[in-house]
Amino acid sequence: MQETLPPLLQETGIPLHEYQEIVRLLGREPNRLELYLFKVMWSEHCAYKNSRPLLGLLPKDGPAVLQGPGENAGVVDIGEGWAVAFKIESHNHPSAVEPVQGAATGVGGIIRDIVAMGARPIALLNSLRFGELSSPRTRYLLRGVVGGIAHYGNAIGVPTVGGEVYFHPAYQENPLVNAMCVGLLRVEELKRSRASLGRPVYYVGSKTGRDGIGGAAFASEELSEENESKRPSVQVGDPFMGKLTLEATLEAIRQGLVEGVQDMGAAGLTSSLSEMAHKSGLGLELNLDRVPRREPGMTPLELMLSESQERMVLVPRPGKEKDLEALAARYGLDAVPVAHTVAEPVFRVVAGGEVVAEVPIRALAEAPTYVREGREDPAIARARARDLSDLPLPQDLEGVLPRLLATPNLCSRSPIFERYDHQVGTNTVLLPGRGDAAILRIKGTRRAIAVKVDANPRYCRLAPRLGAMHALAEAARNVSVVGARPLAYTDGLNLGNPETPEGYFELSETLQGLAEASRALGLPVVSGNVSLYNEGPSHRIPPTPMVGVLGLLEEVERRAELGFRKEGEFVVLIGPEGGYLGASEYLWLEHGLEAGSPPPLELALEARVQAAIRELIRRGWVQTAHDVAEGGLAVALAEMCFSYGLGATVELRSQVRPDALLFGEAPSRVLFTVDQTHLHPATKHLEEAGLPYRILGQVGGDRLTILLPKARLEWGVGDLRRAWEAPLREVLP
Amino acid sequence: MRVAVVQFPGSNCDQDALWALRLVGLRAELVWHTEGSLEGFQAAVLPGGFSYGDYLRAGALAKFSPVMQEVRRLALRGYPVVGICNGFQVLTEAGLLPGALLANTNLHFTCKEVYLRVERTDLPFTSAYAQGQVLRLPIAHAEGRYYADEETLERLEQNRQVVFRYAPAPHAAGGPDHNPNGSLHDIAGIVNEGGNVLGMMPHPERAVEEVLGGTDGLGLFWSLKAALEVLPA
Repeated sequence: MQETLPPLLQETGIPLHEYQEIVRLLGREPNRLELYLFKVMWSEHCAYKNSRPLLGLLPKDGPAVLQGPGENAGVVDIGEGWAVAFKIESHNHPSAVEPVQGAATGVGGIIRDIVAMGARPIALLNSLRFGELSSPRTRYLLRGVVGGIAHYGNAIGVPTVGGEVYFHPAYQENPLVNAMCVGLLRVEELKRSRASLGRPVYYVGSKTGRDGIGGAAFASEELSEENESKRPSVQVGDPFMGKLTLEATLEAIRQGLVEGVQDMGAAGLTSSLSEMAHKSGLGLELNLDRVPRREPGMTPLELMLSESQERMVLVPRPGKEKDLEALAARYGLDAVPVAHTVAEPVFRVVAGGEVVAEVPIRALAEAPTYVREGREDPAIARARARDLSDLPLPQDLEGVLPRLLATPNLCSRSPIFERYDHQVGTNTVLLPGRGDAAILRIKGTRRAIAVKVDANPRYCRLAPRLGAMHALAEAARNVSVVGARPLAYTDGLNLGNPETPEGYFELSETLQGLAEASRALGLPVVSGNVSLYNEGPSHRIPPTPMVGVLGLLEEVERRAELGFRKEGEFVVLIGPEGGYLGASEYLWLEHGLEAGSPPPLELALEARVQAAIRELIRRGWVQTAHDVAEGGLAVALAEMCFSYGLGATVELRSQVRPDALLFGEAPSRVLFTVDQTHLHPATKHLEEAGLPYRILGQVGGDRLTILLPKARLEWGVGDLRRAWEAPLREVLP
Repeated sequence: MRVAVVQFPGSNCDQDALWALRLVGLRAELVWHTEGSLEGFQAAVLPGGFSYGDYLRAGALAKFSPVMQEVRRLALRGYPVVGICNGFQVLTEAGLLPGALLANTNLHFTCKEVYLRVERTDLPFTSAYAQGQVLRLPIAHAEGRYYADEETLERLEQNRQVVFRYAPAPHAAGGPDHNPNGSLHDIAGIVNEGGNVLGMMPHPERAVEEVLGGTDGLGLFWSLKAALEVLPA
């Protein structure tokens, strides 16, 4: 059919039915530039064509929400006049093609989103997915992506305080790089992407070049070998210019010079200006002759589609134009009124004195949406249904733990986070790896925020709906386990091609699962990003809803970290002892299987467990707590030994098979330690909350000893630690 | 007594230095790099970061900023000047301190806690520490390997200009691992011959409160405060 399409449709890749819709909306044939404007604005990345109807399922309101989805970032109130802006965003396809710049500009882009809300960025997190660690391509990508994040984040001076990385064969062809940024602002300085009528719209920041042309559209295609030649679609980041643009923008806001701010990110001038005008209920006229440019001879099309980095859109308050220009000049930045708002609801582009494009602004901003038929991949249903009860028990239970700790998904992340400046800004309370979530104090108050991003690809692949529920529950649990009350979340939804029944099924199930967990846990979504078409020639990625939860600690002193710190403290487990083998890391390591159902999740119980551990920490009884996640109880206990080299002796009494007892996984479980004085009040609180718990043993010595009904297992903490530290150190020395 | 915290374009530890100085009760103010005068300031801090994006070479462009003339004047008049991390790099580039800071031997940015031994306590930066005290401070740099020719190193040692040296953790088995970047003579911080210009790679301003995980950096700021109190205004 492709051959019968007009050449322009072949060139742009716009499907015929969308072209017909564009003609209907315009009442005429679009010219080439106009058609490209539609191509980028109607891309999944900008328009959420396939996801918008499903995103409507997510709860978006809550008592703390100041700004929900739809702006550059979501904003929640944290009290005492302070608010926090946060958002996660993907940069998957650029990172697959050029890992250093792809990851660096991903960081730069999310920082600008936060700045656009009037917030000073105070923390970065990232969520990364690669193929198998043993593959040379994975190592190349991992080194590049970590290098790119470090390059940008370190230089711009925003600490990278947390993150997560998983290795799974289904990401081999399509790695994922999502970056999350958290910013702090005074409530009264909250800015939105708005302009009033007749205002000049300023372009502030770096000049426009030929990089990243059509990046938003590139992000919405499947990766192919052809894409390897798409390097010009990848933007180039300059953290130095990013820093100057950040400081200039924040200073302009603080001085009351601007009424509206918008990041110039994906789809550059086209998206930032048309969206701002659309949100303001206005039209806009852009004069391309005024756009600062890096090189001569750029065509209107190139200028409109360029995704050159470190550019912002600022709308000055009346009479503040000159002040804004002077401020930008002080930072050595261009600040040019490239556009102005008009009453007529059109997006008009002028070049060389002529109108080169003019389309109704609404038509650009409101792309058609699609609701499709989904169907589960029968192979996945079969894998989930597999009976695991006949699996042989390992001969050597003791030997499993060091091997499990040395798997790519469980081993120490310090070789990665040592490359990130995690302390600049002097707000980082827990160093990476020291707690289940990062904690940042708010200077001048006793408050702190906690943040964590999470998603388990095995759970999500085998059961997309349940997996998405786990993702939100676990991220919230991690935030609760450091003592913070979760307030809201941002979601980075990374999935495959929604135009296939299997891809759409996964998208739809993921959002339904997230919606259900959101409601049960009382957590609204305030921002997010959708990245679809994450497939290579032979694999669709597992559904990967990277959920970033933000929580509040009212008193930073009342917090918990994960390491055993005091000899003689009692080790207590909230929740059942036994876990499930389905979808576990253990099953993958020892049996090479990704099968069975992820563990069941009872959301009401989950909420009560989280509330209980927060309360124990808030009362000052508990300073050490840890979520029991991948690898089960044995891995969680080992991890607790590592921070201070302190061991423990615990006894497990459950009669479930010993591998499920040690390495089986289950949600709603938290390990904590408590001293003799507070043991009774703490357990009494758990009893009153109706929660199952057991005192497992005590902290002490330099060995981890686990007594089972029929066995005694013992490891030197140092030996376990060496096994845990080695694998990534080899890749990132 | 006023302390200037110099902001170059790309500085990013300026606010952190300001916070730490004010924490001990010093009057500290940010000064933009184009400022032509440091009149009324009795000390200057060149903070960490990536001045001018570390383009060309870390610290190489910042030395041309107008404010550096004034920093030099302050130093020549004997007032305390502290360069932390990128600030240390700027001071060596500007010739206010000898030697150079080369790429770490691991060739990448490294952010972690290290230990350093205080070699001198008769300075405006170290009087609150004990001789030989071992401090735990964070580093965060890609170019922190102190290098100087043999002759310079010998002179530094003879004049006791090495103030901080990377050292093994207390109670830990000794090994070569304590030096995080390959600095010659384990040098983490030096002073000029006059003892009033300090450059150091570790970040004392990041270790000034328990909530940040340590307070070993506080001594430097307390020392500076004590020194400024007896200086003529």
